[in-house]
Amino acid sequence: MNDDRVADTPHVVVEDLVFRRGRKVVFDGLSLTVPRGRVTTVMGPSGTGKTTLLRLIGGQLRPDSGRIWVDGEEVARLSTRRLYALRKRMGMLFQTGALLTDMNVFENVAFPLREHTDLPEELIRNLVLMKLEAVGLRAARDLSPAELSGGMARRVALARAIALDPDMILYDEPFAGLDPITMGQIVTLIRRTNSTLGLTSVLVTHDVVEAMDISDHVVLIAEGRVMDAGTVEQVRAGASEWSEQFLDGRPDGPVPFHYPGDSYRDDLMRGRESGND
Amino acid sequence: MKLRYLEVSVGLFVLLGIAALFYLAIQVSNIVEYRDGDTYEVTAYFDHIGGLKARAPVTVSGVRIGRVSDIAYDPERFQARVTLAIRSGQDHLPADTQASIFTAGLLGEQYIGLEPGGDFEVLADGDEILFTQSALVLENMIGRVLTNFSSD
Amino acid sequence: MIDFLAHLGRSGLHWLSLLGRASIFLFRVLRSQDAVVRRYRLTLIEIYSVGVRSLLIIVVSGLFVGMVLGYQGYITLVNFGAAEALGGVVALSLVRELGPVVTALLFAGRAGSALTAEIGLMKTTEQLSAMEMMAVDPYRRVFAPRFFAGFLSMPLLAAIFSAVGVMGGFIVGVGLLGVDSGSYFSQMQAVTDWREDVVSGVIKSIVFGFVVTWIAIFQGLDAEPTSEGISRATTQTVVASALAVLGLDFILTGLMFT
Repeated sequence: MNDDRVADTPHVVVEDLVFRRGRKVVFDGLSLTVPRGRVTTVMGPSGTGKTTLLRLIGGQLRPDSGRIWVDGEEVARLSTRRLYALRKRMGMLFQTGALLTDMNVFENVAFPLREHTDLPEELIRNLVLMKLEAVGLRAARDLSPAELSGGMARRVALARAIALDPDMILYDEPFAGLDPITMGQIVTLIRRTNSTLGLTSVLVTHDVVEAMDISDHVVLIAEGRVMDAGTVEQVRAGASEWSEQFLDGRPDGPVPFHYPGDSYRDDLMRGRESGND
Repeated sequence: MKLRYLEVSVGLFVLLGIAALFYLAIQVSNIVEYRDGDTYEVTAYFDHIGGLKARAPVTVSGVRIGRVSDIAYDPERFQARVTLAIRSGQDHLPADTQASIFTAGLLGEQYIGLEPGGDFEVLADGDEILFTQSALVLENMIGRVLTNFSSD
Repeated sequence: MIDFLAHLGRSGLHWLSLLGRASIFLFRVLRSQDAVVRRYRLTLIEIYSVGVRSLLIIVVSGLFVGMVLGYQGYITLVNFGAAEALGGVVALSLVRELGPVVTALLFAGRAGSALTAEIGLMKTTEQLSAMEMMAVDPYRRVFAPRFFAGFLSMPLLAAIFSAVGVMGGFIVGVGLLGVDSGSYFSQMQAVTDWREDVVSGVIKSIVFGFVVTWIAIFQGLDAEPTSEGISRATTQTVVASALAVLGLDFILTGLMFT
């Protein structure tokens, strides 16, 4: 019964979020919820601040106004110690992997274990090999990050992110710049990680096909606000005009092909007038 | 294994640095003089000290037995008051010892030379050396020579 | 005119905010210094890469600077018939000025630029961010040990530089030019004071170590996260360190050798 209650409460709640970077308003009253134990994907055009959203959830940035709750704790108000405690229950996969370059693959995965636990060396070894096996890179443990391809680096980073058995993983553009095979591997890994470990996954991406494929929930954001949100079916069925354009990848629609400006005709005519002078 | 190498090389580095400091202290600088141990102080008044500096050597027959610990101007006597710190072992200087300011070499630093007198009483801490000879000032000397020449 | 004023104001604000960020950074690094002892292994690694690996360049440079000093000092002094004073000239110039200053400049070029590039790269590749997200404080894990290593290594390197330089001067002065070896060292001891010269030189190098390491790490952290940004920050480290060292040297000399 208790478990039901926990399963019902959303893992992340964002309410009325406003965030500015300099004069540019990145988020203007953004609200969304991330259900527990599911894969939720935040999609939107490039430059809508999707990565920024992950950093706000992770407490690396503070909102200008509005609130973010993770696991019932308001992120921006936590003391450093409480925030770090929260982050131990949170894994984050960076777009580039962000592996520590002065350590090999094994040490990278062992890093959070060594930093946060006093486990004996043998246990750490077993845990690391387990995590590496899960991402299929057990044999690559002695390579240095520089020797890894982009996809492999991301898989090592995933092994590192799950090293402390978190409740939630944040994926920042996990599909960007991958070949189809590697893409398939990552997609499988994300889904498998989610189902076997029963954790909450938050993806940020603009790869519509893969995202719709593996997500339970989808949030579409643009211009600092949520355009559409819900389960994949809901979004597909009742999508707004904007969402349809985005999901189908149509070049013109509510988001115009042309950068807004004067009419083409006027512009040409003006050039002619000045030419006659 | 790797940690061992690190520990050893860093340890050697720190040791080397400290050894260099020791070398600078003992071989290069005058730290030995700071180990004079116990000293007693006597004062001497000079009309002119020339270029005498604090910590200049104090010698007897050319042997260093102490150093100048302080130089000040005494406004009541209109003279320079020089305090000499002399090793406690050298406690046999007669009370009528004379102190002179000499120059080591032509351009060298100035030091104080003591010439023992014949008194049976010896100088003790806080005593004053009554007989002093000021530093030679080149301009005065030239002036004196010139007057001698013109009076001839 | 208004443009000029605006420009002046803008660059003034820029410098002020830079100074503010650098001070906050320094404060946080100093507050994290307990990590230096608790994570002594990390500190060892940093002393190794900052100090031990600068040793060779310091020893070689010290030797050559000492030899040049011996040679040039001899040429000048022999005109006054005072070649015996060579030891004093060599030792004083090294201990008071060249030891701390040249070591600091070399250190900025060798270790400082490497620190900036390393930290700039860690920032650019999101390693620092990743650490934060793994609940590891980069100030304790990355900055504090590096800062302490620089702070500790500089005076040791400067002392080694001066000591080797004195030997270099000895090789040239006594070995090649025939100055009496006894008077080389006795002259040295006559003019070099432990407190006024040696200790002041050590204080200088401690200050330089503090400032150069601070500049180097901060430049790395403050670098724009691109490869251009890192290369600019690396150059900035060397330039800013050199200016800071020379400027501070003037001030410290004024304060200590009155």
